[in-house]
Amino acid sequence: MSGPDGPKFDEMRAEDGGVRPAYAEYCEWLDAQEKGWMRRKGFEAESFFRRTGITFNVYGENDAEERLIPFDMVPRIITAGEWRRLSRGIEQRVRALNAFMHDLYHRQEIIRSGRLPERLFRNNEAWLPQMVGFTPPGGVYTHIVGIDLVRTGPDEFLVLEDNARTPSGVSYMLENRETMMAMFPELFSKIQVEPVSNYPRRLAKSLAACAPECAGENPTIAVLTPGIYNSAYFEHAFLADQMGAELVEGTDLRVIDGRVQMRTTSGFQPIDVLYRRVDDDYLDPLTFNPDSVLGVPGIFDVYRAGGITIANAPGTGICDDKAIYAFMPDIVQFYTGEAPLLPNVETWRCADPDSLKYVLENLPDLVVKEVHGSGGYGMLIGPTASKKEIAAFRHKLQAKPHNYIAQPTLSLSTCPVYTKAGLAPRHVDLRPFVLVSPEGVDITPGGLTRVALKKGSLVVNSSQGGGTKDSWVLSD
Amino acid sequence: MLGRTANNIFWMFRYLERAENTARLLEAAHRISMTRGGDAASEEWKSVIATLGFRPAYQAVFPDYSAAHVCDFVLRGKGNAESVMWMFETARTNARLCRSAITGEVWEAVNEGWMTLHDLLARPVRESNLGTALAAIRRESTLARGATHGSMIRDEVYSFARLGTFVERGDNTARILDMKYYVLLPSISYVGTALDTGQWEHVLRALSGERAYRWLNAGRMDARSITNFVILDERFPRSLAFCFDQLRENLASLALLHGGEGEANVLIRDADQTLSQRSIDDIFDQGLHQFLLEFISTNRLIAEKIGQDFRFID
Repeated sequence: MSGPDGPKFDEMRAEDGGVRPAYAEYCEWLDAQEKGWMRRKGFEAESFFRRTGITFNVYGENDAEERLIPFDMVPRIITAGEWRRLSRGIEQRVRALNAFMHDLYHRQEIIRSGRLPERLFRNNEAWLPQMVGFTPPGGVYTHIVGIDLVRTGPDEFLVLEDNARTPSGVSYMLENRETMMAMFPELFSKIQVEPVSNYPRRLAKSLAACAPECAGENPTIAVLTPGIYNSAYFEHAFLADQMGAELVEGTDLRVIDGRVQMRTTSGFQPIDVLYRRVDDDYLDPLTFNPDSVLGVPGIFDVYRAGGITIANAPGTGICDDKAIYAFMPDIVQFYTGEAPLLPNVETWRCADPDSLKYVLENLPDLVVKEVHGSGGYGMLIGPTASKKEIAAFRHKLQAKPHNYIAQPTLSLSTCPVYTKAGLAPRHVDLRPFVLVSPEGVDITPGGLTRVALKKGSLVVNSSQGGGTKDSWVLSD
Repeated sequence: MLGRTANNIFWMFRYLERAENTARLLEAAHRISMTRGGDAASEEWKSVIATLGFRPAYQAVFPDYSAAHVCDFVLRGKGNAESVMWMFETARTNARLCRSAITGEVWEAVNEGWMTLHDLLARPVRESNLGTALAAIRRESTLARGATHGSMIRDEVYSFARLGTFVERGDNTARILDMKYYVLLPSISYVGTALDTGQWEHVLRALSGERAYRWLNAGRMDARSITNFVILDERFPRSLAFCFDQLRENLASLALLHGGEGEANVLIRDADQTLSQRSIDDIFDQGLHQFLLEFISTNRLIAEKIGQDFRFID
């Protein structure tokens, strides 16, 4: 693997300046456009987003209850062949994740076999003893998964992170495509791009397939949101809308006659499948955090009694843990009997004394992450950090080594973005969205490409000022 | 649909309607004040504050009743918890809260309306710009209503939107009438004078009813026939009779959907029937002010029953 100073992989242009196959048709089209036209399109996109109110709430910013995620007009393009390879790897990984969770909450064969240390989940806040011995309807734990991928070379896709708890961003995938189709219709008649717009329908179908046995022929699905001030509220509303499901808050729900029911204008009606976007901790004040007002008192008992499907299942957050991530190659091998098709990024577990020693000696070259952190918070990016920051992190590491992992700073692939000065390369990652039901694993071709908008930056998180792009998978 | 969503829709349309009618009220006062001037004009503006029920809050901020101060308070309201800007903001928040219940067109109309007014009311409105600002408020509210009309299917959501609109409109029309009759005229001896008639004409204008009225009444302009038009004419979309009629119809379609009537249905049927049997002479005999107070109170009761019947809150 190459370091940050090694050769960079540009998704559009090869080192000799030629256009890579994925971008051949796009570049031909782009070159034919007149100057200044793209710039005007940029303003158009901005006003489109403002008007339609596609916003993202950022915590801790005074003036910004609502903010637009910057959108870049140059698509990230993946060939059909690349996508086939990726899909196989993603499916393998997602199957392993579900098998892993079933095992963890039942016989724990992987612990008995010595492949995974017990302390990894025993001390983990995402581990829910309440789930032990219980199998969710259809045996599915993580119904909606987002796998974060990075690329370092033509055939080198690596998994950066698994999001098995509540992956967000799918609404941006859908809206980005809508925006692109509205702005550049002629492009889509010229280039065959796999559609993503059927995702909500596939989500509804996949969720319905996981309904509990008590549900009728057409299960009632609802999306549970913490409310309008949540950073992903727009997405919750969007998905409920697109699925034709109710968007509910905790105060709309009550446990009556052993079912979770919603207060409608004509009385209480039972819900069969709850796509919840509320964390485990806030789901049920009777079982978890007693101070929570976001959830539904008693929902967990209904769940255990088979009266409702909760997606994703409580306790799936364990798979988002970066210490577990470090073991994913073993986990995939253990449950599928195959070598992982998608490798992890090389990872040092600081709990291991030898690894810790290496990490402490090489801090300026590494990215150090908190095991339970998310959204780009609580991390050290060695190459861009000051001496003071590195020293501070050294202390943290020595005090609580098991709380950290470290990874090399990869030379992430770049994809051009449109800037005032024309096209310029910026680092990207990719989050494809995966649906799991007893009927199978369903991966929407494409996903959310996040892009670091600052030159040289490796941080693509929207909460840290990153932007997004439309992601195309080309048809054969 | 969820009771909470029904509640959000209902109030979203109430606030859109109230913002529009508040602009109408300001417009009436503005026109009346232009024909008077000086101290008398300040009485006009005072009546606006009284009609909106803002007196204590207003007096806490401003010592006088100048056009600039009243308009600023009512439109952007430092210290006014129910300014027009706040109403639009609330309507938009409600729209966000129930985005999955409204069409994209309705959302965009409300969102764009909010953006427009946000810009327009970023600074105090000068008297020279007042007309533009008031027209914009009316227009944005009209656009949202138009989008609702043109894009929403005729289901529960639509009925609650309409109920919110007409509960609010009935209330507001009654208040505008009351302002004219009870608050504005210096004394009862002015009834029938040029001043009186002039004020009635401004009320008609504020309700966008002057052309229809003139057409129907061949240029006659007197209190009795104007109040008859504004209260009892079922063809006029801002009349009290029209509002009750719409409430009755929309509650009837909800009853059909829900397979049964609630208390609100019974209440509105009675109220609508009672109103349709009244003549304008009756109403004047009872006293217009008294009649309007009763109307406002019945209307409020209907709104409360709607909330209870359809489980707006737990």
